[in-house]
Amino acid sequence: MIEVKDLRKGFEGKEVLKGVDAVMKAGQCNLIIGASVSGKTVFMKCLVGLFQPDTGDILYSGHNFTRMSVEEKKEIRKEIGMLFQGSALFSSMTVEENIIFPLDMFTRESRKKKMERVNEVLERVNLKGSNKKFPAELSGGMMKRVGIARAIVLNPKYLFVDEPNSGLDPQTSGLIDQLIKDITDEYKITTVINTHDMNSVMEIGDNIIYMYQGHKEWEGNRKEIIFSKNERLNDFIFASEFLKDAKDMRMLEQTGKISNDRDMEKILKSDAPLPAPPPPTPKGEDGSEQPKQ
Amino acid sequence: MKVLNDLGKYFLMMRGMFSRPENWKMYWKEFMHQCSEIGIGSLAIVVIISVFIGAVSAVQTAYQMTTPFIPRETISMIVRDTVILEFSPTLVSIVLAGVVGSKIAGELGNMRVSEQIDALEIMGINTKAYLVLPKILAALVVVPMLVVISMILGIWGGRFASDATGIVSAYTYDKGLLMAFIPYNVFFALSKAYTFAFLLSSIPAFYGYNVKGGALEIGRSSTKAVVVSCVSILFADFILAAILLQ
Repeated sequence: MIEVKDLRKGFEGKEVLKGVDAVMKAGQCNLIIGASVSGKTVFMKCLVGLFQPDTGDILYSGHNFTRMSVEEKKEIRKEIGMLFQGSALFSSMTVEENIIFPLDMFTRESRKKKMERVNEVLERVNLKGSNKKFPAELSGGMMKRVGIARAIVLNPKYLFVDEPNSGLDPQTSGLIDQLIKDITDEYKITTVINTHDMNSVMEIGDNIIYMYQGHKEWEGNRKEIIFSKNERLNDFIFASEFLKDAKDMRMLEQTGKISNDRDMEKILKSDAPLPAPPPPTPKGEDGSEQPKQ
Repeated sequence: MKVLNDLGKYFLMMRGMFSRPENWKMYWKEFMHQCSEIGIGSLAIVVIISVFIGAVSAVQTAYQMTTPFIPRETISMIVRDTVILEFSPTLVSIVLAGVVGSKIAGELGNMRVSEQIDALEIMGINTKAYLVLPKILAALVVVPMLVVISMILGIWGGRFASDATGIVSAYTYDKGLLMAFIPYNVFFALSKAYTFAFLLSSIPAFYGYNVKGGALEIGRSSTKAVVVSCVSILFADFILAAILLQ
């Protein structure tokens, strides 16, 4: 578990984090969401120690990370794995060399054992047999998976993921999300994910923190987010008409006012005739839709 | 003000390099890799430059010695001293500041921009110690070696050119090489080589390590690193000459 108490951080007199309190629960996917310049990247960089906060405390399983010496921080960092937005793979190294690097640096195991571990994590992320490829030969999704493999190779207690779905198609994004969720459940690690992707929020958000202008605006899980009355959160999550409609549908589903997907599937498979489509909207001379009366 | 700020950051980076390595074997591997990158990677250009420097010095010295009262052996004496005192340490270092300096700044800059340095930090590795220190140590080992090679090749280049163009015979050239040789000059040249090696590796490392932005900024920082390194080398050259040749 990671506890954050009254975290503040500013740059050149401008306060970016304005006293954030949060708890990242163990064995769960903790998602940090928020618009650009809401401070979520700075928040994550403070959590992993890339930025030193101005005030406040970050506690890793009760140990105050912000007040530790460099050597003590190194010990905590050995328990941290991180997947970066651009994967941050070492471009001059092969997939295998990238993954074995933390093992070479921090363990004294035999080469054979290290290779067994590398192959084990590669298999876990469905990249068996990609050992000798260079990052330049991989697709975006594969690079993310290698990044995850490198992050988990030392069996971390904490996994940080920065924008896991940026630059990926929706299908690959779903696979990466599921992989992160499975790994979190399997290894019982505390996972912190910084994301903009609303699919991720709805699919894997066990604990969601919404950041707004440097402070925590809302916290809850993926079920609660649907029914939230927080206007800023609703404006952020359901920014498009499509998502607003999706929310309404989900609420109706939750309240049992409409059938769920399985019922719909049953209806579609049945021989019953489909309902007639709605009449077309009348169009003006220029082809634009006429407003409803 | 910015210069002082950068200077402060530079010294802080130097101080931050010294910590207990996480794994000696990995640091040694990185050091050897850098020795190979800096040494083997620059050998060809050093060889070409050195031979031509020696050859041109011999021809130009002969051209300026029009009086028959100065013995012809003096040509090789002058070539030897100019190559040892100035051409090999300074010119080779300036060329290396371009070749090695831009490579170091570009490599570290790219690692910074693509978050590879952050990835190493998060693993618990002191990136200044792991990425910067081996480069500086490798330069301190390899650059003086390259300078010594350059001295030998420069003098040989002068001998070849003198003999080939008929300025002086190889025998006369060799005779001149042994005249009035001052071993202190080699010490002075090596002092310069060590100083320049430190400058041409640490300054680009500083600029590369602290890049902010993207590809454009990496290019800018590489250019700046080379310019600042060259100016620093020339400034240090003057200071060392003023101190050690009094």
